[in-house]
Amino acid sequence: MGRYVIRRLLIAIPTLIVISFVIYAILALAPIDPLSQFGADPRVPPEAREHIRHALGLDQPWYIRYVLWMKGMFTGDFGTSFMSHAPVIELISQRLPNTLAVVGVAYIVGVALGIPVGLISAVRRYSLFDHFSTAGAYVFFSLPTFFTGLLLIIIFGIKLRWFPFIYNSNLQVHDLDTLVRQLKQSIMPIAVLGLFDTAVIARYVRAEMLEHLPLDYVRTARGKGLMERFVVLRHVLRNSLIPVVTLVALGVPAVFGGAIVTEQVFRVPGIGELLVTSIGNGDIPVVSTVVFIFAVLVVLFNLMADVLYAVLDPRIRYT
Amino acid sequence: MEKPGYWRSGLAIAVTAAIAFTACTPNPASPSTGPSASAAAKRGAGETLNILYWQAPTILNAHQATGTKDADAARLVLEPLASWDKNGKAIANALASEVPTVDNGGVAKDFTSVTWKLRTGVKWSDGSPFSADDVVGTYTYQCDETTAASTFDVCEGVKSVTAKDPNTVVVTYKDPQPFYFQWGVGGSTLILQKAQYANCLGTKAKDCPADQKPVGTGPYKVNAFKPGDNVQYDLNENFRDPNKPFFKHVNFKGGGDAASAARAVFQTGDVDYGWNLQVEAAVLKPMAQGSSVGNLVTVYGSSIERLVVNFSNPDASLGDNRGEPSTKHPFFTDIHVRRALAMATNRQAVATQLYGDGLSGKATCNILTAPEPMNSQNTTSLDVCKFDVAAANKELDDDGWVKGSDGVRAKGGVKLKILYQTTVNSVRQSTQAILKKDWESVGFSVELKSVPSSTFFTNTSPDGANHFWADIEMYTNSGDPDPTSYYASGWSTGQIASKANNWNFGNYGRYSNKDFDSIVDQLRKETDASKRNQLAIQANDLLIKDVAVIPLINRTFATSGIAKSLKGVDPSPWDSEMYNIADWSK
Repeated sequence: MGRYVIRRLLIAIPTLIVISFVIYAILALAPIDPLSQFGADPRVPPEAREHIRHALGLDQPWYIRYVLWMKGMFTGDFGTSFMSHAPVIELISQRLPNTLAVVGVAYIVGVALGIPVGLISAVRRYSLFDHFSTAGAYVFFSLPTFFTGLLLIIIFGIKLRWFPFIYNSNLQVHDLDTLVRQLKQSIMPIAVLGLFDTAVIARYVRAEMLEHLPLDYVRTARGKGLMERFVVLRHVLRNSLIPVVTLVALGVPAVFGGAIVTEQVFRVPGIGELLVTSIGNGDIPVVSTVVFIFAVLVVLFNLMADVLYAVLDPRIRYT
Repeated sequence: MEKPGYWRSGLAIAVTAAIAFTACTPNPASPSTGPSASAAAKRGAGETLNILYWQAPTILNAHQATGTKDADAARLVLEPLASWDKNGKAIANALASEVPTVDNGGVAKDFTSVTWKLRTGVKWSDGSPFSADDVVGTYTYQCDETTAASTFDVCEGVKSVTAKDPNTVVVTYKDPQPFYFQWGVGGSTLILQKAQYANCLGTKAKDCPADQKPVGTGPYKVNAFKPGDNVQYDLNENFRDPNKPFFKHVNFKGGGDAASAARAVFQTGDVDYGWNLQVEAAVLKPMAQGSSVGNLVTVYGSSIERLVVNFSNPDASLGDNRGEPSTKHPFFTDIHVRRALAMATNRQAVATQLYGDGLSGKATCNILTAPEPMNSQNTTSLDVCKFDVAAANKELDDDGWVKGSDGVRAKGGVKLKILYQTTVNSVRQSTQAILKKDWESVGFSVELKSVPSSTFFTNTSPDGANHFWADIEMYTNSGDPDPTSYYASGWSTGQIASKANNWNFGNYGRYSNKDFDSIVDQLRKETDASKRNQLAIQANDLLIKDVAVIPLINRTFATSGIAKSLKGVDPSPWDSEMYNIADWSK
């Protein structure tokens, strides 16, 4: 097992180098221009643009810029944003708390709701609950988050005025009042994302459970005279959760990546929002670093999912 | 395995949003004096002022700004020597104690130098004294090419900025500069603290921590800044006016979109100031008019959406000579064709249908609309300024352009085929559609083209405004409070864009007219204000009568929403909307 992990980690290095190269190459080929923000402003004359281009090092070929970027990465220097002249890592660390507070919580909500909902609808198959949850899951899974987000804003933010629709990232939670305010401002994005995650996970859990319920070992357990509750929770659910754990683990990097649309809609200044605006601004150091960190997380959590799989299922052995 | 899908759909939205944003022209930043707030206004009497910009500031040094959002956010902290008011007049609401004029001896009679008297006793927000050295230091920083300042254009033609004594600064120009306030007034010359920027000169400017937290002389100081998200300011206790500013804190939030920013001002009242609410007129108008909490504030300046006529030949078959000033346009060199096109242009329909008829723009037939004394009153009666399809048809009939079986007029084998280009922007595409219909009805054949604005406004792209390899192009441009360089770069013979100057010069239409050149020459020298106004009007009337350009819409500058309780907001089209924020109160 230990050797397996080490081998996988070693394979990850060339993988990540290739990924970083692809990211940079795509950015170099993409029609994004860090100076595009100046584009619509006729007051910035062409020679000033040339100076800016030179100062940002953009007059060098992209492969040289790639090598410089990689060199920086190895020394822990993730570069400086073109737009704000701030270190990229600082921008990311400013935004990560917001992303975790919204997308992270939403994910936890999604898992916490998705598993019981999936379980109940599998056990009570074709019951009223099953019909409702299945229909609900399809609705929330199919509706794009930007639509449900806007819908919530119009209903709860504008018509009812229950919740603010401008996220205040400076709010420090230190007492009950600020906690309530934090909940109020994050409940809509959490609802939008959480319901989406719930839908995905509930569907998955339900399918897995249904696969396991008619199996022999379940009949054996029942035959032993175990209470139905134990059969379902200790035997069926536990076995059904194995692939779900993988699914949940693989979803974690997406949490760090933020929810691009939802963050945009609710003005949550998270990583996703940073990525979107940086793409719009052609802020290459920020885009490449955020995407690369995301790639690292995906690789790591893939490995973690595989390891977890072996831990949970003794039949699986890696050598 | 199904995976959450917000990643993918997110990118699509992001790209569309980015296009939509860049398509809107941000307005230049410039200041002016506002009416002073109520006499009762006291320093720190108000709590927090909430400002919402749907583009978030990313840097607080205006010289490194990538857009209005940055320059505006910097303006709460940094000040120029003087600001521009809404009439295009410099006002002493900043670091200078008075506005130099020719009469008070501050401006040299030949327009080559300006002597600025600075206020005494001004302190930076860190408590250290401000002096002329800081002004010179800012010039040194900003006008060093390697600093790569985005405000570099105001350095053009400046010979030196020197400190005569700790309270006097002299700005000297290489040549007579009728726009002698080019360096010193408005949002492009905000003064930085020399000590703070000592290690940020030249190539070091791009990694300068001071850019996130500049020390300033303005009414507020930066408390915390999260680039791309928000800025929190506190009152600057060292601000020179003991009664200002009114608010203890300012929260400058960025992000989102214009439509929801409009809602936050007009419907929920969550914010006191919402910037640049470029929302469809049909949506914005009822929202603003029906609001109990907010008002829409707009101001007109010299921002004109125009159709530029190509006088050179953009035909691809000319190869290297394509669009060169030596070539002649097959039919636009014929004044009758240009007149017919102008008469078939229904600018009022565009203003009514697309600009809310006064909400975000109004029809105009002047290419210079401000300052007001330079706004010509002579053009409204001109035939080329009236939409008249019959007159356009007659003009072409009389000139021998005959309609063929396809409805397109021709003469001597030349067909009136127009390629009409502009940027990708829904309002512009709708404008193209409206004009195309009328133009085709008088016998032009019109092909439409739209180019992303980042490509359109570059001198390197063959699809760009500068190459102008089309027959008609549409965009917005605006001038300084002094129109000399606006006229000179736009239409004078010496400024014709061509391959020789790398398409860098501003006369994209390759228009050349000796009479016009001579008016521009007189503008460079004339010191008498009323004569300058006359010259500016003459130049405008000449361009319109000669149909060198077809103005369409006078676009508003600030289109901002403000809370009804907020007092003192008085935007200027020549300066930052924040130029007088020290005077704002509730």
